[in-house]
Amino acid sequence: MAETSAPSGAATHSPAGAPAEAVTKRDFLKLTTTAFAVVGVGALAWPFISSLAPGGDVLALASTDVDLAPIAEGQAVTVMWRGKPVFVRHRTAAEIEAAREVQLSALKDPATDEARVQQAPWLVVVGICTHLGCVPLGQRPTDARGDFGGWFCPCHGSHYDTSGRIRRGPAPTNLEVPGYTFTSDSAIRIG
Amino acid sequence: MAIGLHDSSFKNPVVRWVDQRLPVFTMIQKEYGTFPTPRNFNYFWNFGALAMINLMIMIATGVFLAMHYTAHVDHAFESVERIMRDVNYGWLIRYAHMNGAHLFFAVVFIHIWRGMYYGSYKAPRELLWILGVVIFLLMMATAFMGYVLPWGQMSFWGATVITNLFSAIPLIGPEIVTYLWGGFSVDNPTLNRFFSLHFLLPFVITGVVFLHVAALHITGSNNPLGIEPKGPQDTLPFHPYYTAKDSVGIVVYLAVFAFLVFFMPNYLGHADNYIPANPLVTPAHIVPEWYFLPFYAILRAVPDKLGGVILMFGAIAVLFVLPWLDTSKVRSMRFRPIARIAFLLWTVNFMVLTWVGAKPAEGHYVLIAQIGTMIYFAYFLVVLPALGRLERPLPLPESIARAVLGPKAQLGGGPVPGGATAQPMEKA
Repeated sequence: MAETSAPSGAATHSPAGAPAEAVTKRDFLKLTTTAFAVVGVGALAWPFISSLAPGGDVLALASTDVDLAPIAEGQAVTVMWRGKPVFVRHRTAAEIEAAREVQLSALKDPATDEARVQQAPWLVVVGICTHLGCVPLGQRPTDARGDFGGWFCPCHGSHYDTSGRIRRGPAPTNLEVPGYTFTSDSAIRIG
Repeated sequence: MAIGLHDSSFKNPVVRWVDQRLPVFTMIQKEYGTFPTPRNFNYFWNFGALAMINLMIMIATGVFLAMHYTAHVDHAFESVERIMRDVNYGWLIRYAHMNGAHLFFAVVFIHIWRGMYYGSYKAPRELLWILGVVIFLLMMATAFMGYVLPWGQMSFWGATVITNLFSAIPLIGPEIVTYLWGGFSVDNPTLNRFFSLHFLLPFVITGVVFLHVAALHITGSNNPLGIEPKGPQDTLPFHPYYTAKDSVGIVVYLAVFAFLVFFMPNYLGHADNYIPANPLVTPAHIVPEWYFLPFYAILRAVPDKLGGVILMFGAIAVLFVLPWLDTSKVRSMRFRPIARIAFLLWTVNFMVLTWVGAKPAEGHYVLIAQIGTMIYFAYFLVVLPALGRLERPLPLPESIARAVLGPKAQLGGGPVPGGATAQPMEKA
C-alpha cells in the first residue's frame, strides 16, 4: 500500500487536503492509460465505421442523364438517381401559373416556384415524400394528384402542388430539388 | 443465501445494484481479478490470451466483411475485389481478416505446443485439453470454408480436393460428397452453405472457448514447472500481474500483425487465388494454406486413398487421447530428459512435414513425408507410452515459490520486491 499513498511532493498541490485525497502518480498513470486506450479504440473503430459509408463504386454512379426532348407538355417521367425516383415534369402554362400565384404565407415550407426550377416548364424533384419516404402518386395522368394538382402521397395523405411544395398533410418540407444542370437545351444531368 | 440478493462487496451504487441482482462484477473480480495464478509463468502463457484477442479480431472484421460480400458464384470474386477497391478501408478489413487467420493458427500452434511441452493435458486438465482440440478442429473447418469464399482458383480447387476426401469413405462416400456439394460438383449451393457455416462456426468456437476457459478456472493453470501451487506463496492475483504480462505479449503480437497487414499482406497467401474460379482448369500446383501443410503431407504420404484420409484425420484424433497415451506422472518436460529430446525432435519433424507438404508429391519428397508421418505417430503411440515407464525423471522442486525464489521462500515469500506477495499473503 505504500506505493499508492501520496508522495511528499504531492502535498504541495493540496496543502489543506488529507493525504488520501492528494493527486498521486498512480492517478496520473491511470488517466494517461485510459486516455490512450480511448484514442486507440477510436482509431480502431474508425475504419469499421467508415466502411459503412457509400463505397467508391456507389459514389461513381451518383449522376444520371435525362433526355427531355421526348417529354411532351403535361407529361412526366420518373428516372432513377442514387437508387431513388426523381420526378421530371413538363409543366403546362396553367400549372406554372398555379404554382406562381400562391402567396408564400400560404405555404408550410415557404419557397417561390422561381427558386425551385431552372427553366419554368421543367420541374425536377426527388420523388420521395418528406414525411416517411413513400413515393407519391401523380406521375401518370390517371393518378390522384391531390387537391393542388401536383402529387398525393397515399401512405399518410400529403398533398403537393405543381411546384412540389407541401400544401396539406403530415410531410414537414417540400419535395427536395436535387442538384442538376442543363447540359443542352433538351437534356439535364442530375447529381 | 439461496434466494435473494447476491452479497456484493462493491461500493459504487450502480455497480452494486447490478451486482446484487446479477453478480457479473463479482465473477469478473473472482476470475480475472484475484484469480490465483502460478507466479512462474513464462511468455508461452501469453498465447491463450492472444488467441482470444485474435478470435475477437476475426469476428469483428468478419462481420463487417459479410456486409459487403455476395455469396454467389457469379458475384463472389467481384464482391471481394469491390471490398478491396471501393469499400472505405475494405482493403484493411480484408487484409486483417486474411492475415488474422494465419496469425490465429500460428498463435494456436504455439499454444498447443506449450501444452504439450509442459504437460498441460495431464490430469486433472484432460477435458480442458480435449475442448482445446475441439476448438482446433472447428478452427480448421472455419478456415477452410472461409478460404473458399473469395471464389478464386485456389478456393475452388481447395474446396474440390477437401470435399473429395469424404469420397474415400467406403460405400456411402460418394453420397456424402454429393450432400456436401448440394450438386454434382462444387458450385453455387456449396458456396452458399460454406458462407452460412463460415459465419456460424466462429460463434460455436466462442462457445467452446467459454467452456475451455471455464474448465481452466476449475483446475487452475499449469505452469512451466508442472507442479501444482501449494499455497498463496506460489500464486499471484491475475490482475495486475498477468493482465500486465499479457498486455506486453499483445503489444508484440499486434506489432507483428500490423507488419503483416501493412507490408506483406499477400505473403502467406497464393497468387492463384486472385484468378477467378474456373471449373475447367486445375492450377498446376495445388497447395493448401501453410497451417494445413503437415496434415496434407500425411495425406499424401500414404499410397492409398482411404488410408491417407484415415491417417490425416488420425493425426488430429490422436491428440484427443494424448492425456492417456502419456503415462508419465511428471508434467513438465523440464524434468524429463529423454521425453524432452523426443518432443523437440517431434517438433522439428512437424516442421519438416510442413515443408514437405508444400513440395510436389513425387520422388524423394514422398519418402520424406512417409518417414515424417511415421515419426509423428511413433511419438504418440510408442515413445510417450514407453517413456512413462522407462524414463527416470529429474527430481521435482518442493514448491513453485521454492524454485522461483530459492531458500528465501521458506520465510513465506516475504522479501520480494514491492507488494508482490503482500496481497496473496493478506488473503491467506
